[in-house]
Amino acid sequence: MDDRVVLTMRGITMTFPGVKALENVDFTLRKGEIHALMGENGAGKSTLIKCLTGVHDFDEGEINVDGLDGAIRNHSTLEAQKRGISTVYQEVNLCPNLSVAENLYIGREPLTSLHTIDRRTMIKKAQALLDSFELEIDAQQNLENYSLALQQMIAIARAVDMECKILILDEPTSSLDDHEVEKLFTLMRKLRDQGVGIIFVTHFLEQVYAVCDRITVLRNGQLVGEYLITDLPRVKLIAAMMGKDFDDLAKIKPENCTNRCDEPLIEASGLSHAGKIKPFDLKINRGEVVGLTGLLGSGRSELARAIYGADRAQTGTLKVKSKNVKIAQPIDAMKQGMGMLPDDRKAEGIIADLSVRENIVLAIQAHRGIMKLLPMKEQCEIADKFIDLLQIKTASRETLLKQLSGGNQQKVIIARWLATDPDFLILDEPTRGIDIGTKTEIQKLIVRLAEEGKGILFISSEIEEMLRTCNRLAVLRDGEKVGEISGDMTQESVMHAIAGGEKS
Amino acid sequence: MKTIKKITHLRLFLPIFSMLLVMAVNIIFDIVNGNAVFNFFTISVRNGILYGRIIDILNRGSEAAILAIGMTLVVSSSAGTDISVGSVMSLSGGVCCMLLAGFGNANVSEYAHPLWMGLLAGLVVACACGVFNGFLVSYLNIQPMVATLILFSAGRAIGLLLCNSTIVYIREPSFQFLGGYCGFMPTPILVAGCCVIIASLILKFTALGMYVQSVGINKNAARIAGYQSRRIIFTTFVICGLCAGIAGLVATSRIYSADTNNIGLTLELDAILAVALGGNSLGGGKFRLSGSIIGAYTIQAITTTLYALGISSAQAPVFKAVIVILIVTIQAPAFKAMLAKRAAARSLAAHKEVIGT
Repeated sequence: MDDRVVLTMRGITMTFPGVKALENVDFTLRKGEIHALMGENGAGKSTLIKCLTGVHDFDEGEINVDGLDGAIRNHSTLEAQKRGISTVYQEVNLCPNLSVAENLYIGREPLTSLHTIDRRTMIKKAQALLDSFELEIDAQQNLENYSLALQQMIAIARAVDMECKILILDEPTSSLDDHEVEKLFTLMRKLRDQGVGIIFVTHFLEQVYAVCDRITVLRNGQLVGEYLITDLPRVKLIAAMMGKDFDDLAKIKPENCTNRCDEPLIEASGLSHAGKIKPFDLKINRGEVVGLTGLLGSGRSELARAIYGADRAQTGTLKVKSKNVKIAQPIDAMKQGMGMLPDDRKAEGIIADLSVRENIVLAIQAHRGIMKLLPMKEQCEIADKFIDLLQIKTASRETLLKQLSGGNQQKVIIARWLATDPDFLILDEPTRGIDIGTKTEIQKLIVRLAEEGKGILFISSEIEEMLRTCNRLAVLRDGEKVGEISGDMTQESVMHAIAGGEKS
Repeated sequence: MKTIKKITHLRLFLPIFSMLLVMAVNIIFDIVNGNAVFNFFTISVRNGILYGRIIDILNRGSEAAILAIGMTLVVSSSAGTDISVGSVMSLSGGVCCMLLAGFGNANVSEYAHPLWMGLLAGLVVACACGVFNGFLVSYLNIQPMVATLILFSAGRAIGLLLCNSTIVYIREPSFQFLGGYCGFMPTPILVAGCCVIIASLILKFTALGMYVQSVGINKNAARIAGYQSRRIIFTTFVICGLCAGIAGLVATSRIYSADTNNIGLTLELDAILAVALGGNSLGGGKFRLSGSIIGAYTIQAITTTLYALGISSAQAPVFKAVIVILIVTIQAPAFKAMLAKRAAARSLAAHKEVIGT
């Protein structure tokens, strides 16, 4: 058994200012296995990965890689790559303005005899690589021309091509749709059979059970245990991650949705944004959670953005509380009592270099305007209130947001909007990249907000999650709203609506 | 040991440390030359006017300090620099003198228009320059360096054109007030002081700081959260223009003439350097105004010290460069990381030794 081990990490300890991120964690990866690394937000999954790849310099512990003598310590991802450890992160870290081929071979371009870059060979090799994965991608196109999902596949192709022994996939599926996920899994299984050890970090339990052989669970920076997948049923896994049993997810939605009133909050008619979303009508009442569903790239986010003014709507009218309003930019929407949590947290959500407090009061301050600075005392009170309410894990309210884990960053942004007490909240993938415990909390929060009489527009890639929280679903296909489903919604009926042409 | 660590981790530690370093050089120099030890700090009153090297530094550094205020905001919000400030200074001085002397006159001892009109015109033109720069950067999305390059080259030339291609002298005593003395105190110090105080008060009592920093760190996120990113970047450029205008008037008044070819020459670089010396990232985002101000005076202190050391003005830039390299290196994150690593290695070695014995 031992001769098949490709990676051992022993007693890894890592401290950040004020937080012990990892404490004496062991991890073993065997040749030709897919090994899930599980845990809630802030459990230390990303930190462990970063210690391995040299992004973080750990305080104590030892890492051994098969075929290399003695303990290793990487100081950069480049060094890790040379040792056969490649990583694909949750957020794609490639250069959007370079071509796909350049991205694939950046830093290791094939050279001509004159030591210039041999473009022809590079493009040929890149295309062959992409074709071998059955990706319909032109290696000469710029990376930015492809969807986030395809960019992720390119990142994986790049990692795989570097003849790695250990491939780390950190939340690779959070921006992929089911079809693409399946493609990725096929690829992962192929690589496993070739003898690559794969570390798979994800929040999707279904995916763990679909593809993994073994699971290591972390909780609060400590190792809970390593299990064979067959020995650990789902319920036990969740219990191991949370340290407790969790509520039955299905019970969130109130049985009777009768208490919501029929007072319309948002009425959009004929809104559109050129090239992205065709004219649509949408009505959202007070106390209602409306979901937007459709395949990735079907215009879910774009529809929400047109309502909020993040992308200015070119045609159509919008009524808020039965009054016609003009919305040219987000601040106009905010003045009407709207708020929006964008799907791309890194690019449009967080102000990484500001503190948790500043990030929470950001939107209230925008409401008040530049001349009326929120007094420091109030800022602190608001920040403390929401850190407490949403159980944001942070060393203090003055900690910089970039030092928090992804899920906690997301909570801070939710807090930012809750602090403004909006009537209408758009939540675009609020639970992406978030652990199951927090996911439930957020879903409960959504239902509670609706009960308070707010209107919610909820976008999620997980149909199950939508079914749990939404009263009504709007279905989108290719930038067009093709119908609505309400009443008795099942996973099947939603899938059917997304895929097929029946209009309701 | 712990207190030392605490002090070195303070945000303003490095700018202040640099300032102290320059002062220490002065003290050593004084001792070597047999002067009183604190000659550098001595302030005396001669002919009812303050004298002393410190006063000199504060006085001469006024323009750079005023510019540093605007530059800090521009750098923070746009992650770029406004390189036109030196030219705008010269233009604002030129406009002011042209109005006061009347177009075509090169040497007057009587105002053609009232003084306030000249000063106001100078400031308005400077603000207009800021509006122009701000429009190009925020609404047309031109890179700040390129956008401000236009006025960098044109501003000075327009000023020269307005002054009929000569140096316009205004030999009216009241014109010299701004660059001269207010009682025993050099007026530029007071002007710079006022600017700094006003700017600090604005930052303290309005949300300008949060607006500018949010936009500088993540423009898109700030927009979604309801900040009008473009308007904020635009505003910082206008403020920067205004600061350049004030600095230009002070510089003009100092030499009671509109020497458009020399006013504010290369001062834009000093202003940018002041921001960097103050520990602010030129990549935008978080800023500390106090750091920039200290930075501006540090640059002036270096220059003044070099002159006091008897280094000729032609060679001074070489030494200035060496000092700047030192200061900037000390502040560089890579250098700090290196020091931290060495300290860690040393403590580890000590730890091992203890275990060994």
